[in-house]
Amino acid sequence: MKQYKLIHCTVNGKEREAMIDVRASLTDLLRNDFRLTSVKKGCEVGECGACNVLVNGECFNSCIYLAVWADGKEILTLEGLADPDGGISDIQQAFIDEAAVQCGFCTPGAIMSAVEILNEKRLLSDEEIRVRMSGHLCRCTGYENILRAVKKTMLKRLGLSSEAPEKQEG
Amino acid sequence: MYAGKSVKRVDAYDKVTGRTRYTDDLCDRGAYVARILHSTIAHGKVLKIDTAEAEKVPGVVKILTCFDLKEKHYFATAGHPWSTDPAHQDVADRLILTEDVKFYGDDIAAVVAEDEVAAAQALRLIRVEYEEYPFVLDVQEAMKDGAPQLHEAYPNNILKHTQIRKGDYEQAIKEPGLIKVEGWYDTPTVQHCHIENFICYAEMTGDRIQIVSSTQIPHIVRRVVGQALGMDWGRIKVVKPYIGGGFGNKQDILYEPLCAWLSIQTGGHLVKLDVPREETFVSNRVRHAIRSHIISWVRPDGTYAARKLECFSDQGAYASHGHSICAKGAGAFPQLYPCDNVEVDAYTVFTNKPVAGAMRGYGIPQAMWAVEGHTEEVAAVLNEDPLEFRRKNLMKVGYTDGFSKNEMYADSFNQCLEKAMEAIDYKRKSEEYKNQTGDIRKGIGMAVFWYNTAVWPISLETSSCRMVLNPDGSFQVQVGETEIGQGADTAFAQMAADVVGVPIEKVHVMSCQDTDVTPFGTGAYASRQTYTAGFSIRQTGLLLKERILDYAHILTRMPVFNLDIIDGNIVRTTDGRVLMSLASLAEEAQYSLSESRHITAESTYQIKSNAYSFGCTIAEVEVDIPMCKVTLVDVVNCHDAGKLINPSLAEAQVHGGMSMGIGYGLSEKMIFDPKTGRTLNNNLLDYKLSTFMDHPDLKALFVENEEPTSAFGTKALGEPPACSVAPAIRNAVFHATGVAVKEAPMNPHNLFRAFSEAGLFDKEPGAGSKEDDDAAASSGKNQEVQ
Repeated sequence: MKQYKLIHCTVNGKEREAMIDVRASLTDLLRNDFRLTSVKKGCEVGECGACNVLVNGECFNSCIYLAVWADGKEILTLEGLADPDGGISDIQQAFIDEAAVQCGFCTPGAIMSAVEILNEKRLLSDEEIRVRMSGHLCRCTGYENILRAVKKTMLKRLGLSSEAPEKQEG
Repeated sequence: MYAGKSVKRVDAYDKVTGRTRYTDDLCDRGAYVARILHSTIAHGKVLKIDTAEAEKVPGVVKILTCFDLKEKHYFATAGHPWSTDPAHQDVADRLILTEDVKFYGDDIAAVVAEDEVAAAQALRLIRVEYEEYPFVLDVQEAMKDGAPQLHEAYPNNILKHTQIRKGDYEQAIKEPGLIKVEGWYDTPTVQHCHIENFICYAEMTGDRIQIVSSTQIPHIVRRVVGQALGMDWGRIKVVKPYIGGGFGNKQDILYEPLCAWLSIQTGGHLVKLDVPREETFVSNRVRHAIRSHIISWVRPDGTYAARKLECFSDQGAYASHGHSICAKGAGAFPQLYPCDNVEVDAYTVFTNKPVAGAMRGYGIPQAMWAVEGHTEEVAAVLNEDPLEFRRKNLMKVGYTDGFSKNEMYADSFNQCLEKAMEAIDYKRKSEEYKNQTGDIRKGIGMAVFWYNTAVWPISLETSSCRMVLNPDGSFQVQVGETEIGQGADTAFAQMAADVVGVPIEKVHVMSCQDTDVTPFGTGAYASRQTYTAGFSIRQTGLLLKERILDYAHILTRMPVFNLDIIDGNIVRTTDGRVLMSLASLAEEAQYSLSESRHITAESTYQIKSNAYSFGCTIAEVEVDIPMCKVTLVDVVNCHDAGKLINPSLAEAQVHGGMSMGIGYGLSEKMIFDPKTGRTLNNNLLDYKLSTFMDHPDLKALFVENEEPTSAFGTKALGEPPACSVAPAIRNAVFHATGVAVKEAPMNPHNLFRAFSEAGLFDKEPGAGSKEDDDAAASSGKNQEVQ
């Protein structure tokens, strides 16, 4: 028998409610009910990271996060990063400037992981950034320019120039 | 001038904000959901399919099996241009659904349901009875007499065997004093792993069918759907929205004919077929595993007297791109290192495995694994420096291929190698890492590659372009070349802006293609986009400009030969005065009561040239011998892709290709169960494509020798970055350990075998000099002096 549950959550700053199939994933909820199509399906079993969103500030594979667990939580998707007037955040701009975008399918999830990292306001080495981003598979970029975009934004937010010496390198 | 500048991608803003719509994002939620039932045997016949229980699942609309396919139209799936000459057409061996199972994962039935859950439940309840046949998974086993036969028309499962003969090999090897070097080289079956799986949806309007598909080749899809359904091609419309990567898998007709047929069978209802990742691995396309055997006869002075290559390409169950891939790799062999006496035999052979098609590099990554690995071994046998040995034997400036008429116009190999060596400090490291001992050793190695741009003269090369002027002085650009993530639209905008003479913001490239509207083009493959579209963009841009200036003559009364369009203005060239803006001209032209014109231009350019693209990789590794583990420490690619239209996007393209090459060299391999033929690692966890953690910083360098045959001086860059990475890593491992690894990938599994065979584990740890002697002896096993 199908079971349904009414859930309430905040999605990109707006209070939402939805009657959901208890088997549905958060990906299903965001894509199908709220039409937030930045949340991409690349594997649906938590392998590729294309569906990553923030739940109460923490990054999750939304495909293996049940929609019912989102009840009472704050969800942030890529759509929630831009201002209502279309102004974009520094990390989005960095993805553009560093040519970190190719086919764009892994981009939304990768940006959301970057947001989680950047919100910690910590200086990470390249190696640490790689570890933190390693849940994302990308077949276009070789990860190189994604790394550059995350690093550049991190240094900028910390008031350090991008030429600053690297921690834990060499 | 925009060509040559790193302008930002035209689609970047949409892609970082989530506004870009891919196929699934566009599909109406009222669509029926289709799922495919795949065979669970590798070879046999479907006797019966019982759908009774499955049909009881609430939400199931219809279940169609191979026995419901009343009209059998066999079709070819390769995304090649159609040939009107039957002798050059691809092999038509596929049906929408089949009862003749040829691999574990073949398509035998489909469920159409109201939602995904019902479709999945129904799939599990379908019962299939088979008659099982023996199957064969190994390419050379499949060629033997008595091996299981896949296709009646191809005895010994040989889809095609081609030969290249130059000079007299048998005579040449009799020359006294020659040194024979022989080796076998294996590449694995790998998959493209674009992050967007293949997906399409279809519905009918009137008597026409519309298909939206994640494809690289919308116009080819239209033709093949027509052939597969026995429908007039004009009744089919194919739309390509944004695509989440393709890498050749989507240069094949995958499930568009099936999806269209399912829509027709359900009254033209909207049907969506979204292929799960696990099925993408098994039932889409893979890269051909190729086994190569090379024999070189070398003179003591380091020149080749005679060479022989045999290669065996694993086609899997159906022909798809077939022999083209192996043939391209084999064709590189006599060109890259020219030799007077050459024999090449290339075989493409059916096995009961997933179907091999196009994948980034189209045979060249396999060929370079073999040829460049072998080159390193020959240099070692001769005790020559690998760099100097290559320089002596590589194709020289002025080399021209008789068939393609491709010419090596510049000293690209030496320039690329020099630049790459400097970037990675090759000479110092090459010396430093000689004669190492111990468990952990470093090494540095190189490999070069050769690549053609586009497919002329093997197939048609044509590009069409349409430009439509808007009343604000901007214009739309449409071409049949396809944006699939590589950045083609941005390059097209740059080229179009330059030719017409407008700011780039005034160029609107129509990324979404619709075969009803988009001018004919064959799509994204063969690293052809920028090269081929360049011709039609320049030709059409000049035509548009001519029409604009013709109208400017009416408005300004100045002769056309004294007018130009510069930065979006009509300029009198004699004194540089701006006479009017293009915007005001365009508005007047459209709405003029005396002389109204809708200014557009459209033209087709058939390309009858091709261009060599060149480059190299140098890789530095650290090898942990007891752990059989290779760590890539540093890697650099250097390319001559002609003039770069967008250096920043070119660099990004090279990064992606290098990443794919790293996976090819170190970790990627599809594994098949020898007992059943089933693919064992059809997911992104067990199939190891390289991650953030598997790369050092990737260095992408260029030398820019403008390609003289090209409309914008450019040539292939899409596939080349993936061609030389794996053999460079392999040669670095050879440098570090003295072990000539035969089989990619160099994962611990394969390295354990290679290191064991080479005797690396035979003695006390730390017995340095002895190890080196053994390793040298091992590499020398391939050598004999006549």
